[in-house]
Amino acid sequence: MSEPLLEVRHLSKNFGAVQALQDVSLAVAPGEVVALAGDNGAGKTTLIKAISGVYRPSSGEILLKGQPVDFGSPQEAREQGIETIYQDLALADNLSIGANIFLGREPMRRAFGFLPVLDRRKMAEAAKETMALLDFHVNRMEAPVSNFSGGQRQAVAIGRAVYWNAQILIMDEPTAALGVPEQRKVISLIHQLKAQGRGVIFISHNLQDIFAVSDRIVVLRRGVAAGERRIAETTHDEVVKLMVGG
Amino acid sequence: MTSSPQPPAPGSSGSGPSADQIAIAPPADHGAGKLSLLQQIALLRAWLFLAALILGFEIWARADFGGTFLFNPFNVQSIAIFAVVPLLLAAGQTFVIISAGIDLSLGFIMGLAAVVAAHTVNWAGGFMSPPMAVVMGVCAAIAVATIPGLINGLLVARLKVPPFIGTLGMFGVCRGAAFLLANGTTVPVRNSALSAIGNGRFMNVPYIVIIAVVFVLILHYLLSQTRFGQHNYAIGANEQAARRAGIDVKGHLTKLYVLSAVCAGLAGFLYTARFSAGAAQAGEPLLLDSVAAVVIGGASLFGGSGTILGTVAGALVIAVIQYGLVFLNVKPFWQFISVGVVIIISVLIDQAQRNYGGGRQSE
Repeated sequence: MSEPLLEVRHLSKNFGAVQALQDVSLAVAPGEVVALAGDNGAGKTTLIKAISGVYRPSSGEILLKGQPVDFGSPQEAREQGIETIYQDLALADNLSIGANIFLGREPMRRAFGFLPVLDRRKMAEAAKETMALLDFHVNRMEAPVSNFSGGQRQAVAIGRAVYWNAQILIMDEPTAALGVPEQRKVISLIHQLKAQGRGVIFISHNLQDIFAVSDRIVVLRRGVAAGERRIAETTHDEVVKLMVGG
Repeated sequence: MTSSPQPPAPGSSGSGPSADQIAIAPPADHGAGKLSLLQQIALLRAWLFLAALILGFEIWARADFGGTFLFNPFNVQSIAIFAVVPLLLAAGQTFVIISAGIDLSLGFIMGLAAVVAAHTVNWAGGFMSPPMAVVMGVCAAIAVATIPGLINGLLVARLKVPPFIGTLGMFGVCRGAAFLLANGTTVPVRNSALSAIGNGRFMNVPYIVIIAVVFVLILHYLLSQTRFGQHNYAIGANEQAARRAGIDVKGHLTKLYVLSAVCAGLAGFLYTARFSAGAAQAGEPLLLDSVAAVVIGGASLFGGSGTILGTVAGALVIAVIQYGLVFLNVKPFWQFISVGVVIIISVLIDQAQRNYGGGRQSE
């Protein structure tokens, strides 16, 4: 295995007396999809929030391409190439794909040589290219994203991460709110990311999705790592056992 | 393409792309075309309504007494002057409503600014040339307006007070402050330069109309062409998404309420210029008109949509109804009824669009 893109070593996190995570380690190699599984309250969300800069770990360290990092905010994590794609889609529904990709970082141009205005053409072109990279073709670049289906909007959220050159994508239940064909589309998007050499951390309750897309699975149970398996060498039953214990 | 992934490739082989294309793309494109058309109608509907309204009044005037409504330059000018002050309030309100907020204090911020402008021009006129005193008056009106605007912004952005409540509180504070400063009456101004601005014309166009048009164009630019405007739409649609995208939502909201207050401050100054007097209650009836203009102009009170150009049409619709009914000798109380009916119709259209056009939003 090549050098991991991301490595989490002996990470613990407590909130007061509550130990949410204890001594969890995790590594993601380029082009690898690691699934994070576990029951509610197992610590999945705490772990990804620690990785994406929302929480500071109580102890342990996070290494990005071998370098220890310490994120004070999600912005810092994003600048280093760690992007989180949230379950409830962080999109502004009334804006176009391009405007969503560039949200908060809009490109400007000068009209009449002096007046700064939004560079909508650049946004639309970048959006088109990025979405084509994800094998997603739209013609109506100016339409608000509320016009698109759940899977397509998931693709927009992923497209934003890809455009800003995220190396690690953390996806929190990306298929939870979608119908079956849409879920399949998201799974194929994850394959695209993998083929581009990015690392993906994939959280899901759906074992079928996990088995369809992941290389490895890390199971958390009550804040500790209950086990880690290569997908090729495990079964649904074994994973479920790890999740529930016993 | 480099997209052929490793062995487990259900997405891109066999069932993948073709099935997905069939399953996903066509209905979405269909929906896209439909909604886009509806949105264009939303953008246009206020202007179409305005045109229909003017046409209606024209026919009415000809049928009633053989006169003309639209082709009477005096009418056009009166409506323009009449619309200036409500338009400025409505333009500021547009920004706030797009952000999914509302600013109820604008009417009395305007009254406060009008009174302060009057006092300042009188005071500065004692030792300055009239034009300089007017400049002082403008600065004072806008400066005093920023104070409640800033407080509104801090209440909403930092202390998480719902805009409706926070600005309602400021409504009361500004109301009281304005009446206290005015000592309960109107404050007359004697200043030649001020009345020249308020009543003078350039090539037959009143100065206050020119000032308002320039200011509204700047606001249009700000909303439609800058990051500030773009972030305003994003915050109105999904505040959390805006925050996650790294937008300084608190800073934005603070600036937003200052901006709407500045609009009210300028409106207050223009009121004082027009009547050569500052009155605390100047903006009282205009607050609801400002909300009405924004809604008639195609904005949604749920936030995320609306344009300055739509609001201009909305403000003109209200001005034309109010002036037109007077011109046609209809009892003035019908103005309230007509504007009220127009507001309700606008909201119904907005809701119909949400239900039939934006159905996917509820997924």
